[in-house]
Amino acid sequence: MTLQQAERGTGTAALRIVAPVVVGVLLVALWWLLSANQGRTALIPTPPMVWTELVERGDVVLKATWITAFNALVGLGIGTVLGIALAGLAAWLRVLDWMAAPVVAAIAVVPIVALTPIFNTMFGASSQYGRQLIAGIAAFVPVFINVLRGLRQARPVQRDLFAALAASGGQTFRRLTLPTALPYLFTGLTMASSLAVISALVAEYFGGPSNGLGTAIATYAKSGKTALAWAHVAAAIAVGLVFFLVTALIERIVTRRIPI
Amino acid sequence: MRFETKEALAAVPAVRAVGVEKTFGKRAKAVGALSGIDLEIAAGEFVSLIGPSGCGKSTLMRLLADLDQPTAGTVEIYGRTPRQARLGQEYGIAFQQAGLLPWRTVVQNIALPLELHGVSYAERAERAQRLAEMVGLADFMDRPPDQLSGGMQQRVAIARALAEQPRLLLMDEPFGALDEMTRERMQGELARIVGQSGAAVVFVTHSIPEAVFLSDRVVVMSPRPGRITAVVDTPFGRDRPETLREEPAFFAKVTEVREALHGVPVERANER
Repeated sequence: MTLQQAERGTGTAALRIVAPVVVGVLLVALWWLLSANQGRTALIPTPPMVWTELVERGDVVLKATWITAFNALVGLGIGTVLGIALAGLAAWLRVLDWMAAPVVAAIAVVPIVALTPIFNTMFGASSQYGRQLIAGIAAFVPVFINVLRGLRQARPVQRDLFAALAASGGQTFRRLTLPTALPYLFTGLTMASSLAVISALVAEYFGGPSNGLGTAIATYAKSGKTALAWAHVAAAIAVGLVFFLVTALIERIVTRRIPI
Repeated sequence: MRFETKEALAAVPAVRAVGVEKTFGKRAKAVGALSGIDLEIAAGEFVSLIGPSGCGKSTLMRLLADLDQPTAGTVEIYGRTPRQARLGQEYGIAFQQAGLLPWRTVVQNIALPLELHGVSYAERAERAQRLAEMVGLADFMDRPPDQLSGGMQQRVAIARALAEQPRLLLMDEPFGALDEMTRERMQGELARIVGQSGAAVVFVTHSIPEAVFLSDRVVVMSPRPGRITAVVDTPFGRDRPETLREEPAFFAKVTEVREALHGVPVERANER
């Protein structure tokens, strides 16, 4: 590597950190500018106002955060397990794939809004099950579709090789099919993790128990406590980010470990 | 086979195909891929299958490997059915694409057959290393395949095919995707490796010089339906130096195979 290349290398590395920070600072500045000049802090609270709420009412925000995060996590778990299991079955038996395809397509386009009130009535207004189920349905679709695709990615030459080597079904699955599908599983999981959080949050707008981030945002926004509402929005963003980062971290660890 | 004496068993051919037919598709639209194939390959013999696309040379190799079943006729590998031979790992195989597992290093790829058949870790590490050295990849043992050139990947595939020291090597255009220079070097290496191992080889190719340079016999095939039209002996001995490619005897055999392929006298080849 020449000196020039080295400099350009560190230059881009630094830029990769600086660039998003600059964007963030600019956005906060713009926000502050808008809230100050409009003079209507009831609509757009200033950044310090939101920060103050976040610190002073931290326990309230945290409690709501836990509820939503837990619902999203349960949903993500259900959706992932079901998605992997059904994709495995569909990859194994073509007929099952043909049977499942229209159902999955239907699930994929079902608006969360449509199901939530029904589930709330089904499970009762004080139950979180409806919300968890909504998050589960949302998480299921990308996991199922990506895992099914991944299970079919082993190339014919690799299949022929394993056949020629007289590998058993289990050996072929563990050493060829599964490692080939893993990157696809993580693509699905990354999509599912954000979808689960969003769905758990949105489901709270349509009834059910009066807790959780979504309920809090709706309530405080309506009652004019905009700063507190925004504080909950910040918490919601944090939950989404944590879910995404944890999935990315697991992907890193697993894919690095792969040659089993 | 059951009534054979010990002497006869010692001379059991590596491959024996009798009256092999293969058709694809249902009766009305049946396509004759192979018709009336009779072929015997002795232990330790290097035989190339050559012919235009669609002549069934790859299909024939897949029948030998038990990756497909013949519609009629019998195939024997060292006196056993192809299925028994596959389950008993009588043969090693290499395809046109290297077919390596990208998440495994070079040695891990070479050791795959050993791993599948329960060879201990220490032994397979030792054998895979020796094979990597034999195909000239000693410096790349711990690299993943995508950091290797096409020729190097193909060498990994060949080392993998040799991992269990098979008595028969099946190779389906293993150098088909390589450039001419890499290809000639690989041919030289293959001739050397096979000479060391003493295995019989069935080598599918569509390059005439490649077939002549490597083989003891060149089996010429033609399509619709796939059948054997000629067998050309190329007895240049086990040791094949690069200089063989410059010799008149070599050119004579190349011409003979070319004529057998086209079924036409020399003039046409000369006119071009």
